[in-house]
Amino acid sequence: MASDAVYSHKDPMLKKRDDFEDILEERRTSSDLRYALRCYTPVLYKGVTPCKAGVLKSMVLQSDQLLYVINQVSKESGRAADDVREEASAILEEMAHSLQLSTVRFFAFTLSKVFKTLFRSICVNEEGIQRLQQAIQEHPVVLLPSHRSYMDFLLMSYILYTYDLALPVIAAGMDFMGMKFVGEMLRMSGAFFIRRSFGGDKLYWSVFSEYVKTMLKNGYAPVEFFLEGTRSRTSKSLTPKLGLLNIVMDPFLKGEVFDVSVVPVSISYERILEESLYARELLGVPKPKESTSGLFKARKVLSEDYGSIHVYFGQPVSVRSLAEGRVNRCQFNLVPRHVPRRPSEEIQSFVNDSAYRLVRAQEENMVLKPWVLLASLLLQNHHQNRAVGQKPGMALDELTAQAMWLRDVSRQYGAFLHWHDHTSPSEVVSSSLSLHRGLVRVCEGRIQLAVEQGGQSGPGDPLSTATPEEELFSQAVVILSCASYRNQTLHVFVRPALLASAIHIASSNQKQEVFNSFSFLRNMFSSEFILCPGATVQDFEEACYLLVKTGVLQVTQQEVLVTERGHRMLAFLTSMLDPFLQGYQVVCRFLCEEDTETLTEKLFIPAIRKFIVNHLLAGRLRYTEVLSSDLQKNALAALQRLGAVRKIKGVEPGTLKVNRVMVNSLEDTLGGKLPTQKSVSARL
Amino acid sequence: MASNSSGGGGSDRRRIAQQRLRIIAGHLQGPVDGDSTVLAAECKAQGSKTEVSSEGNTVPRRRQEIMKWNGWGYSDSRFLFNKKGQAEFTGKRYRLSGMIIPGLKDWFEGTFGANLQHKTPATPILTNTAVPPATLNEAFVEEVKSTGIPFSHDAEDRVFRAHGHCLHEIFALREGKIGRVPDMVVWPSCHNDVVKIVQLACKHNVCLMPYGGGTSVSSALECPPEETRSIVSLDTSQMNRILWIDEKNLTAHVEAGIVGQDLERLLNESGYCTGHEPDSMEFSSLGGWVATRASGMKKNIYGNIEDLVIHIKMVTPRGVIEKSCQGPRMSTGPDIHHFIMGSEGTLGVVTEVTMKIRPMPEYQKYGSVVFPNFEQGVACLREVAKQRCAPASIRLMDNEQFKFGHALKPQVSSIFTSFLDGLKKFYITKFKGFDPDRLCVATLLFEGNREKVLQHEKQVYDIAAKFGGLAAGEDNGQRGYMLTFVIAYLRDLGMDYYVIGESFETSVPWDRVLDICRNVKARIIRECKDKGVQFPPLSTCRVTQTYDAGACVYFYFAFNYRGLSDPVHVYEQVEHAAREEILANGGSLSHHHGVGKLRKEWMRDTVSNVGMGMLKSVKDYVDPNNIFGNRNLL
Repeated sequence: MASDAVYSHKDPMLKKRDDFEDILEERRTSSDLRYALRCYTPVLYKGVTPCKAGVLKSMVLQSDQLLYVINQVSKESGRAADDVREEASAILEEMAHSLQLSTVRFFAFTLSKVFKTLFRSICVNEEGIQRLQQAIQEHPVVLLPSHRSYMDFLLMSYILYTYDLALPVIAAGMDFMGMKFVGEMLRMSGAFFIRRSFGGDKLYWSVFSEYVKTMLKNGYAPVEFFLEGTRSRTSKSLTPKLGLLNIVMDPFLKGEVFDVSVVPVSISYERILEESLYARELLGVPKPKESTSGLFKARKVLSEDYGSIHVYFGQPVSVRSLAEGRVNRCQFNLVPRHVPRRPSEEIQSFVNDSAYRLVRAQEENMVLKPWVLLASLLLQNHHQNRAVGQKPGMALDELTAQAMWLRDVSRQYGAFLHWHDHTSPSEVVSSSLSLHRGLVRVCEGRIQLAVEQGGQSGPGDPLSTATPEEELFSQAVVILSCASYRNQTLHVFVRPALLASAIHIASSNQKQEVFNSFSFLRNMFSSEFILCPGATVQDFEEACYLLVKTGVLQVTQQEVLVTERGHRMLAFLTSMLDPFLQGYQVVCRFLCEEDTETLTEKLFIPAIRKFIVNHLLAGRLRYTEVLSSDLQKNALAALQRLGAVRKIKGVEPGTLKVNRVMVNSLEDTLGGKLPTQKSVSARL
Repeated sequence: MASNSSGGGGSDRRRIAQQRLRIIAGHLQGPVDGDSTVLAAECKAQGSKTEVSSEGNTVPRRRQEIMKWNGWGYSDSRFLFNKKGQAEFTGKRYRLSGMIIPGLKDWFEGTFGANLQHKTPATPILTNTAVPPATLNEAFVEEVKSTGIPFSHDAEDRVFRAHGHCLHEIFALREGKIGRVPDMVVWPSCHNDVVKIVQLACKHNVCLMPYGGGTSVSSALECPPEETRSIVSLDTSQMNRILWIDEKNLTAHVEAGIVGQDLERLLNESGYCTGHEPDSMEFSSLGGWVATRASGMKKNIYGNIEDLVIHIKMVTPRGVIEKSCQGPRMSTGPDIHHFIMGSEGTLGVVTEVTMKIRPMPEYQKYGSVVFPNFEQGVACLREVAKQRCAPASIRLMDNEQFKFGHALKPQVSSIFTSFLDGLKKFYITKFKGFDPDRLCVATLLFEGNREKVLQHEKQVYDIAAKFGGLAAGEDNGQRGYMLTFVIAYLRDLGMDYYVIGESFETSVPWDRVLDICRNVKARIIRECKDKGVQFPPLSTCRVTQTYDAGACVYFYFAFNYRGLSDPVHVYEQVEHAAREEILANGGSLSHHHGVGKLRKEWMRDTVSNVGMGMLKSVKDYVDPNNIFGNRNLL
């Protein structure tokens, strides 16, 4: 059932989506205390009785897999087995959740209060909840919410509690544990804590994977984790991390359960709590360490309006149907299943593909607010007008007209857009603008980004004392915040945009030529956007399909032709991708121009930031958002993947060796100065 | 087992009678060993007193005289719903014969959503016009005629040997559909007859298909539709004598066409048994056991066929293959017996077998244990296997099968028994808190001398107690075993009312038993739903054999096919999916049913390319012209 549903990209217009219900509505009219204390009797997987945290721990410690690894570690290290067992037990102690209903009730009460102050509504698709309830009874369930905010997992548990569903156990990063009291509270509300890195630690891995598997196999509770591994600071989906997905698929692959249902959950915030925090972080202001006092300082956010949240529980995906015809499960027949083994290549590529599919499933059901369209338009306008020396900004009616055009277009491309059609467009636009008044302003009747223009502030203004560099950074905060909203539309437009840019840089209209450019760009940006590995041809076809359908292109057997009325759309798409193209080129230029003899991975970000700041100040670079360390890291990762930069064992660990010829030619190709090489691997 | 049951109640009386028979037989035997060679040569001398026995031979040449042509077993024994709507079992042969089974109707209707109003009766008689005309190889027929070996090209005889008991085979027969059938049937009555037939077949390029008891469930007897030569079914049923018994070495030399019940009965007359009791033993033959690597339910004491066989004689197109001595074990390269066992009629005809015999057990006792759930039951069986103290037979039925067994309880004669049953049920479900929808039952059969049996019984029950098992009486145990041989009759009943089904088996390591049971059952249910079956299927399993390193698991699967246009196709798709699931869960392609043509597609993955090459090269050497052309296995 699921595999098709997850990855069908035939006509996106026909995508069926459920309606939403606001769960705060009831909270505003009835007692929160009664709600927190009400009878809570969730249905469980095939009627299992919930198991005490202590029993769970001893099940893990007695498991064949862990006993085997304890023995192995003891033999290899010469330590006494009891000693290793102690360590395993301590790891488990540090990790395990201790879900308590009383804590959950406490959260149910407090969060009701908090949510009602912060948000206008929390909208949930109830059909999704019903599907989830069904899934929980049939098979072990894994919940995969998108991760844009700290709020995510509290919100998830809150919703499940509201609908009387089994509370999930949640994989959380160890950094939360740093928050003394809160860490324990979270633990008691179902979080379990894992270290951020434990590369070679066999014992840790074993305790961890066995713990997750035991909970999953027995169906005690849905297991929840974030496929993206961490909060996305850019609102783009992150390249999925495979560790936990591997673990939760393992019981199915080894036949220990009949199936596992994976439920992608898309959480969209109209306004992200951490908005400017993220922008600062991307600009290099380090992230404050998670601490309880920090959380209380965040109280000032309570006084602001964060709009609404949409939570969409997607179609449960059966791991069994994902694996059908892809994985030969007989490969586990010849070694006892409790002996840990590295997953075979077949499994790795299966898990990787599944992860991409699931992230795409999350993306597809992300609700887009009108504001993200406005942000995209305002950003493009900001850069274009500055480039031609015009005053930035647009009149309200112009913005509204453009937004309506983009609204219709994005719906055609399959976006899940929440635009109240019965409200007048200009009202929609102005109410969106007012919610995000920190990012936009009206100046001489024109709506523009709230970016301080150098020299415009009057004398005596405290800002005038700021250095140009400081000024740039404070502009960048606004730009990056806006960009993060624009980024929410990227999954809708990325494939057509790659095609548009490919047409732009290709030397001719020949279809093969365009495909080569497309393939090159796609390869270049595969750390930047969610592009399933190995699906170049499908992506190309999808992009062609959309652009042909919307009358932008005519694609014949041989050629790709832009129609008369297609130019506007094409321009929009290329401008959308342009900051990334420029950004990657700057990274290349940096690697070619700067003295990179002693460059290490660690020094890369500060060095390139300096380089970009200079370029921006000198006016050689348009896009402030290139200052985003996310983009810089992704570009470096791409160059490493393509072999243009290699990490070598130099004096310093992580020394980078740059192949300048190659980097140079990549830069030229990105700029359209060099034709793309014939792609060897994928041909049309 | 059938012989046990057909005897009815008085087992004591029977034992005394058998003892007497043994003494008489001892007088008659005389110098058996010395004459054996002569005997093999002069097989036509049916009346000769020197052979141990061939009397009371159950299987006539014209099988249709006593057996159904389109269903399982004897013509006189069948289930039916009588006018009152009660199920009864006709005939006199079995313990259940002539009894009313009050619970069956409700179970049947409840489980399958079937209805006694909706009938799907079978075509009553075989119409000869439906049978394709025989393609005869005249020269071959002439030469066979001159040897005096009986043969036939009667349509009924040919149809009878064109099928085993797979669902699709029986379903087609019930609909009166006949595909390619053998063109001729021959009945050799000894080894030398077989040698002659095989020589003639080679000479005239005729395709030979050995036929034993016809109980195959692997499409092994299906004639390959692409076969253009004349197909001759070589029916071994008349080669059914015990040629000699060697009491010093405890072996018997037997013609391979003998069916299980005759072999056991005749040996019992001399005070011996083989102890080999496959569920099909009423009809399946010794040669068939060898050719498919059969397994008997009491293998824990007596071993499977490969443990029982001492010497095999097989006629191949290249000549006769056999070992030169009867040493109990040899290190002489790969064991040639293992080319023969499991060859499924692709290499030649097994004509004579020397197999181990044992004195008849002094004492037999059935037993049963109820477990709170299947998991505990499997854990108990595993422990029993670990301690190597498995009784002659130990089987664990899951909850659905337990209920099925319950539904087969015959009408009780006294109020007292039903009161006792009620009390037992109350004790288990209310007092011990077993969930009637989760509990499962293990059936046991102990054999040996009385003292040891009782001791053994205690040991097993003690282990069971550790896993929450409660002893549940002999009666439950015995009924469990009865289910084994009536189930094939029950399928015919189901087919009268839109219900089709079948069983299939596998073997699997211990750590996988629970997983495979759960997953395969769930897969069956899921596939039925996906394929549009309108009613929930019966999907159940049992663990029927224990080994040191694993177990044999049987799955039963049946569904109501009302509303489906091609039920057999749906059935086959589901079974195919179930087999894939078995393999994906670490189960084997087959524990004892064999591969035939039904499971051929998985052979290469099962034995590897090189393994396939090895088997092929043996076939190519032994039978270069594919005389034994049933196309099984490879």
